[in-house]
Amino acid sequence: MAEKLLEIKNLKQHFNVGRPNMVKAVDGITFDIYKGETLGLVGESGCGKSTTGRTIIRLYDATDGQVLFEGEDVHGKKSAKELKKFNRKMQMIFQDPYASLNPRMTVADIIAEGIDIHGLAKSKKERMERVYELLETVGLNKEHANRYPHEFSGGQRQRIGIARALAVDPDFIIADEPISALDVSIQAQVVNLMKKLQREKGLTYLFIAHDLSMVKYISDRIGVMYFGKLVELAPAEDLYKNPMHPYTQSLLSAIPLPDPETERSRRRKSYDTAVHNYADNEKLEMREITPGHFVYCSEKEYNELKAQYAK
Amino acid sequence: MEKLLEVKNLEVSFQTYGGTVKAVRGVSFDLHKGETLAIVGESGSGKSVTSQSIMKLIPMPPGRISGGQILLNGEDIVPKTEKQMEKIRGKEISMIFQDPMTSLNPTMRVGNQIMEVLIKHQNMTKTDGKNRAIELLRLVGIPMPEKRVNQYPHEFSGGMRQRAMIAIALAANPKLLIADEPTTALDVTIQAQILELMKDLQNKMDTSIIFITHDLGVVANVADRVAVMYAGQIVEMGTVDEIFYDPRHPYTWGLLASMPSLENDDKAELAAIPGTPPDLTNPPKGDAFAARNQYALAIDFEEEPPMFQISETHFAKTWLLHPDAPQVEPPEAVKRRMRQLSSTFEKPVLVKEGK
Repeated sequence: MAEKLLEIKNLKQHFNVGRPNMVKAVDGITFDIYKGETLGLVGESGCGKSTTGRTIIRLYDATDGQVLFEGEDVHGKKSAKELKKFNRKMQMIFQDPYASLNPRMTVADIIAEGIDIHGLAKSKKERMERVYELLETVGLNKEHANRYPHEFSGGQRQRIGIARALAVDPDFIIADEPISALDVSIQAQVVNLMKKLQREKGLTYLFIAHDLSMVKYISDRIGVMYFGKLVELAPAEDLYKNPMHPYTQSLLSAIPLPDPETERSRRRKSYDTAVHNYADNEKLEMREITPGHFVYCSEKEYNELKAQYAK
Repeated sequence: MEKLLEVKNLEVSFQTYGGTVKAVRGVSFDLHKGETLAIVGESGSGKSVTSQSIMKLIPMPPGRISGGQILLNGEDIVPKTEKQMEKIRGKEISMIFQDPMTSLNPTMRVGNQIMEVLIKHQNMTKTDGKNRAIELLRLVGIPMPEKRVNQYPHEFSGGMRQRAMIAIALAANPKLLIADEPTTALDVTIQAQILELMKDLQNKMDTSIIFITHDLGVVANVADRVAVMYAGQIVEMGTVDEIFYDPRHPYTWGLLASMPSLENDDKAELAAIPGTPPDLTNPPKGDAFAARNQYALAIDFEEEPPMFQISETHFAKTWLLHPDAPQVEPPEAVKRRMRQLSSTFEKPVLVKEGK
């Protein structure tokens, strides 16, 4: 099996701890991300998928649990130097290409910010050369370097966001709904670009989105989140063909497909937590049903699923 | 079937500092009673402007309906004054907006927002109005409507707010409901519920719906007919089967091919449409899509294509259907969905007047 790049162990992110309005946005999730793969994370709004991404990159300090990047904990006390080291390896692409670029900075300065902070360019000339190179990589050109973000369309801005993330040569990129704000015809352009970059640079992605069809297309494995918990984790094909957790089944049945005939005969499933009917003392955890396919379930459900899917 | 709405050669433009933006450039379509027409297209294609013009909601100035007619039950509403429009809005035509949080009044109880319509258009008393509001909330599937009717929008979840919006829109039994991306801001599971609800209510009340969206999955689910818009024009229009199983316009091909399919395991590169939509301050000469179109012919850059008719209900605006045009193969992803439809004419027919 491939090498683990990132290990997330029992990660918790609670907000307003100790107050009556405490929110358990992420409530104990565990998974690994392997080198060179794309892990998709899906779920409805408010399920904690974005918080998970942000906590992994330490935009939030985790309430509990560990994030190990190549065996080293990302969280915990760190000197500025150590932090910088992590920041170079992990980068993020944000959802809203309008809000995530500073409107007062030129594109060149936005892209080169990371280069400057990490001192990756020795001279002004080298810095600009690097910026031009990055612009070209993401399908823009030299002339764009001196313009401001408002002069670009949504798709082009997202390309600038990608160039900025690539500037420091990261190993791992968290893409938080990178295409949700874009038009259909532009979404495919950005997804193709991300796939091309992955092939060329051997990047690892955590791809967070709610559009399951796009996630299935780009991801090797997919994790499904529901109310702060990871409820199912499986290879993309397998998850689509054999969704085991009732929530995943309901999610899959809800996606409208661009085919009028199937749509006419579709039956939607709804998810009700009552179907589990857990007893108080049952231990819920991620259990492996078929190789690589994990479901959050009780011992009893595990045996039932095992009997159902073992071939 | 009876025609409820006829839009003829509608043109809408906006005065801006950069010049006149021709947002809608000669759009014609009609809508029958009880039918759902989906309008698809990317942002800036003029789909929202078209629908807002039907309610005359575009700000004038800077906006202007510079040509064409909008016939509601045979009566042109373009020359109507704001006062006259007030009698039509909410009563004959109503609208559901994309973002239920910004389109509901946060300082008014949900019940009062529904009653407002009833008191204005149906001369109901407050008590009757309130009872009807409770009924409507129950109709759109809100639990405990007696309690909910006295709550404020912030006490509702996103899906519930959208249901409340639908209740307001349907309060006066409108003949036409315009839904401008009503489910875009919602999660897929909630989206499925809202779509079911809209179809169910349509059956009960026999309303016609214009459904604006960019999600082709949603279109396949709700629409009877589909109009594909690009750069302020309808480039293809047909029944939902014709658009999904026998698309003829290269832009429609592009839209269908750029979506990954959930069913097949194909990991081949998505067929993205290159480039970006044209600037409508200076619409390009010829076919507006030509610059992004890999099937563009020399004539596309010279002359705007006319509308061709492929069947009784299917129209496409592309030179590729001209008898002299070369035979082209649509992209692989589109070919897979193509099927022979019985209603298709033997040969595409040129439509004389703009249809």
